[in-house]
Amino acid sequence: MANMSTKKVPMPEQDPDIRNKNFKEVALGYDEKMAIEEAERCIQCKNQPCVNGCPVHVQIPQFIKLITQGDFEGAYQKIKETNSLPAICGRVCPQESQCESLCTRGKKGEPVAIGRLERFVADWHMKNGVDEIDLPAKNGKKVAIIGSGPAGLTCAGDLAKLGYEVTVFEALHTPGGVLMYGIPEFRLPKEIVQREIDSLKRMGVKIETNMVIGKILTIDDLFDMGYEAVFIGTGAGLPKFMGIPGENLNGVYSANEFLTRINLMKAYDFPNHPTPVKVGKKVAVVGGGNVAMDAARSAKRMGAEEVYIVYRRSEEEMPARLEEIYHAKEEGIIFKLLTNPVRIIGDENGYVKGIECVKMALGEPDESGRRRPIPEKGSEHVIDVETVIIAIGQSPNPLITSTTEGLDKQKWGGIIVNEETMETSRKGVYAGGDAVTGAATVILAMGAGKKAAAAIHEYLSNK
Amino acid sequence: MNEILEKRQLNPTVKLMVINSPLMAKKAKPGQFVIVRVNENGERIPLTIADYNAEKGTITIIFQEVGMSTKALGKLNVGDRLHDFVGPLGVPVEFSPDVKRVLAIGGGVGVAPLYPKVKMLHKNGVKIDSIIGGRSSEYVILEDEMRAVSDNLYITTDDGSKGRKGFVTDVLKELLNNGNKYDEVIAIGPLIMMKMVCQITKEYNIPTMVSMNPIMIDGTGMCGGCRVSVGGEIKFACVDGPAFDGHKVDFDEAMRRQAMYKDMEKKALEEYEHQCKLGGILNG
Ligand SMILES: Cc1cc2nc3c(=O)[nH]c(=O)nc-3n(C[C@H](O)[C@H](O)[C@H](O)COP(=O)(O)OP(=O)(O)OC[C@H]3O[C@@H](n4cnc5c(N)ncnc54)[C@H](O)[C@@H]3O)c2cc1C
Ligand SMILES: Cc1cc2nc3c(=O)[nH]c(=O)nc-3n(C[C@H](O)[C@H](O)[C@H](O)COP(=O)(O)OP(=O)(O)OC[C@H]3O[C@@H](n4cnc5c(N)ncnc54)[C@H](O)[C@@H]3O)c2cc1C
Ligand code: SF4
Ligand code: SF4
Ligand code: FES
Ligand SMILES: [Mg+2]
Repeated sequence: MANMSTKKVPMPEQDPDIRNKNFKEVALGYDEKMAIEEAERCIQCKNQPCVNGCPVHVQIPQFIKLITQGDFEGAYQKIKETNSLPAICGRVCPQESQCESLCTRGKKGEPVAIGRLERFVADWHMKNGVDEIDLPAKNGKKVAIIGSGPAGLTCAGDLAKLGYEVTVFEALHTPGGVLMYGIPEFRLPKEIVQREIDSLKRMGVKIETNMVIGKILTIDDLFDMGYEAVFIGTGAGLPKFMGIPGENLNGVYSANEFLTRINLMKAYDFPNHPTPVKVGKKVAVVGGGNVAMDAARSAKRMGAEEVYIVYRRSEEEMPARLEEIYHAKEEGIIFKLLTNPVRIIGDENGYVKGIECVKMALGEPDESGRRRPIPEKGSEHVIDVETVIIAIGQSPNPLITSTTEGLDKQKWGGIIVNEETMETSRKGVYAGGDAVTGAATVILAMGAGKKAAAAIHEYLSNK
Repeated sequence: MNEILEKRQLNPTVKLMVINSPLMAKKAKPGQFVIVRVNENGERIPLTIADYNAEKGTITIIFQEVGMSTKALGKLNVGDRLHDFVGPLGVPVEFSPDVKRVLAIGGGVGVAPLYPKVKMLHKNGVKIDSIIGGRSSEYVILEDEMRAVSDNLYITTDDGSKGRKGFVTDVLKELLNNGNKYDEVIAIGPLIMMKMVCQITKEYNIPTMVSMNPIMIDGTGMCGGCRVSVGGEIKFACVDGPAFDGHKVDFDEAMRRQAMYKDMEKKALEEYEHQCKLGGILNG
C-alpha cells in the first residue's frame, strides 16, 4: 500500500542560522525509516515516466521498490547500472527539471523525492557496503583522459572496467574538476568526491595531477606516447565578465576565483591555509544559477553580513536548482530581482564601494524562450557593497582546441562531436561534458563520459 | 621528479634553485612560467622559468623572498621535493626576424625573467644592450650571465655602490638621447619601473615588451584573477601573457590590484614566522 501523503518526507537539515556560519553539509540525509516511508510514495507506474526525465535513465521505480523491501544494497546496484556517481547526483542533480519533473505523484502534490532516495542509497552503501573490484585482465591498450571532472572520471572508470590502461591528466593539483573546486563543501562534501577518485585508483586508473595538456603535452604527444584514444573532458572553466566599468576594481571576483580560493585553496582556514580571500560586510553576487547561489552562500559563511543576489530576470527564470534558491533564502540571502548592474564604483584606493544597477521589466520572449529583460529609464540606484562576485556563466577553455590541429569547435568554443559516439573531428579523439555543451550539469557530463567510453571500446576493439 | 638539485643564494633575499623536471625542461620556452606549491596547504605561486636545460632535464627558478610562501620555499634544501610544480605556463615570447637590435632592461629580481629572453635573442644573433639595476651592489643579480649574452651591459644601483648611481631609466634616457636606435625594448622589473620605461620609450616610439606579474591562482585561465587591462581590453596574464605591449598596459590598475591582499599577506607571514619560531608544522 502506497503512502498517499502529498508531501515528501522532510529532509533533516542543519538550522539555517547555524549552517550559514559553517561549511558542513546542509542536508543531513534520510535514515532508513524515512527512506522506506518516502519510497512507499512511489506507485510503481507501469510506463515509468520518471525514467525518461533522467538523462542516464536510472531504473527509478525498480531501485525505489528495493528500498521498500529494505534491500538497500540491491537498490544501490540497480542505480549503479546506469549512474556511476549516485552519491553526487543524488545531491546535485536538478531533479525538479529532470526525473522528478515527470513523476506521476507530482501532478497532485510533491513528486517522489527521487534525488533524496538516490542519495540515501549511495550513502548507505558507502557506510555499509563493500566495493568489490574484480578487474578484467588488462587488454594492453592505453587511453588518455584529459580533465578529472565527472565526464573524465566516468569515462576513466568505464574503460578501466573493460581492461584498458587509463591515465587521467589533470591541470590542477587536486582531481575532481568542478566537484572539487566549484561546488562547496556544504552542498557536496569533498570526502564523497575523494572516495570516487580513490575507488578509480584502486581499479588501476592512474591520475596525473599538475599536467596542463596543451602545454606540457599536446594531444599529438599523447598519441606518440602510445595512447590509442583520447577523451577530452576539460569542462567550461573560462569565466565571463560583464564588460561594465569598474570590473577590475579590487574586490571584484569571478565566481570561479572566489569559489576556488574557498574550496580548493581552503581560504576559510586562513592563515593555516595561506591563500587569502577578501569578503566585505556587504556582498553582491551577479547571476541566478547554481554558481551564483554557491558564491552567495559561501560569502555568508565567510562572515558577510548582507549578501545580495542581483539578477536581471525574475525568480521564475532563475536557472539554479529550486532547493538552492530555497536554501539561500532560508540562510538570509537577499534577492534583488529584475535588477541589472551597469557600473561598479570604487573608492579612492581602488576598492569596491558600490554597484550601480537599473531595474528591469520583462518584455517579449527571446531565443531562449525566456522573457527578455528591458532596462527601465531613470531607475538607476546604487547598492553599497565591498565585494562583487560575477557569476554570469563560463565557456570552454581554448587551451586544448588552440593546441590541437584539426579539432573542430563551435564559434563559442565548444568542441564539436558526433552526438552518437562523442567522437570529434580528429580520429580517436573523443570529448564530452561541459567542454562540448558549455556549462551544463554533472549528470550530463557523466552520461557523456559513459557514451564516449562505450564508443572508444568499440573503436579500439575493431582497430 | 620535482627534486631540488641545486640551491644558491644570489643576494640577501634572492635564491636560485635548479629543479629536476625532465618533461617540462623539454617543453619550456623563454617567457613561460611555473606554479609552485611548497607543501600540502601551500599557496600556488607563479615563478618565471629563469633557465632550462632539456638534456639535463632541469628547470631553474630564481625567487625573491618577499612573503610567507617564498620564505617557505627558500627553506627547502637540495634533495627536498616541491609538493607541486606545474608548467610550462603562459605564452612563449617571440620576436620578429626584423628585430636586430634590442635594449633589455631588468630591475631587481626582474633580471631573472629577462635573462632567458636575452639569451635566446643573443643566440639568434641579435645585438643587445642591457641595463640591470638594484637597490645596492648586492641586489644586482645574474651580472655574469647577462654580460655573457649582451654586447654592452650597464649597471645601476640606487645608492651607487655598484655601477652608476641612479635608476635604470637614467641610462635608458641617456642611450636614447645619444642617438642609439633599438627595434625593441624589453623591460621587466617592478611595475613602477616598467611604467617609467614605457613612458620614455613611447616618446621615442620604440615597441616595448613588459612582463606582467599579477596575483595568480590556477594559471590556466580558469579564475580570471590575473586580469590586466591592455589597450582597454581584459586579458588574463596567465594564458594571454605574461608578456604584453607595454604601451597599452594600464599600470596604475595593475599596481592597485597587486596590493589587494597586503594586509592579509602580512598576517600570513607573521603567523608563519611565529610558527617557525615554535618549530611548528609550517616549518619547511
Ligand atoms: C559553482 C558550480 C556549481 C554547480 N552546481 C551544479 C549542480 O548543483 N548540479 C549540477 O548538475 N551541476 C552543477 N554545476 C555544473 C557542473 O559542475 C558541471 O556541469 C560539471 O562539473 C561538468 O563536468 P566536466 O567533467 O565536463 O568538467 P569539469 O567538472 O569542469 O572538469 C574539468 C576538469 O578538467 C581540467 N582541465 C581543464 N583544462 C585542462 C587541460 N588543458 N589539461 C588538463 N586538465 C584540464 C579542469 O582543471 C577540471 O578539473 C555547477 C558548476 C559550478 C561551477
Ligand atoms: C608570471 C609571474 C612570474 C613571476 N616570476 C617571478 C620570479 O621569477 N621571481 C620572483 O621572485 N617572483 C616572481 N613572481 C612574483 C611571485 O609570484 C610573488 O612574489 C610570490 O607569489 C609572493 O608570494 P609570498 O607568499 O612569498 O608573498 P606575499 O607576502 O603573499 O605577497 C607579496 C606580494 O607578491 C605578490 N603576490 C602574492 N601572491 C601572489 C600570487 N599568488 N601570484 C602572483 N603574485 C603574488 C603580491 O603583489 C603581494 O603583495 C612572478 C609572478 C608572476 C605572476
Ligand atoms: S541521476 Fe539525477 S536525474 Fe537521474 S534519477 Fe538520479 S537524481 Fe534523477
Ligand atoms: S513516476 Fe513517480 S510514482 Fe511513478 S514510478 Fe516514477 S517515481 Fe514512482
Ligand atoms: S591565474 Fe586564474 S585565470 Fe590566470
Ligand atoms: Mg602569499
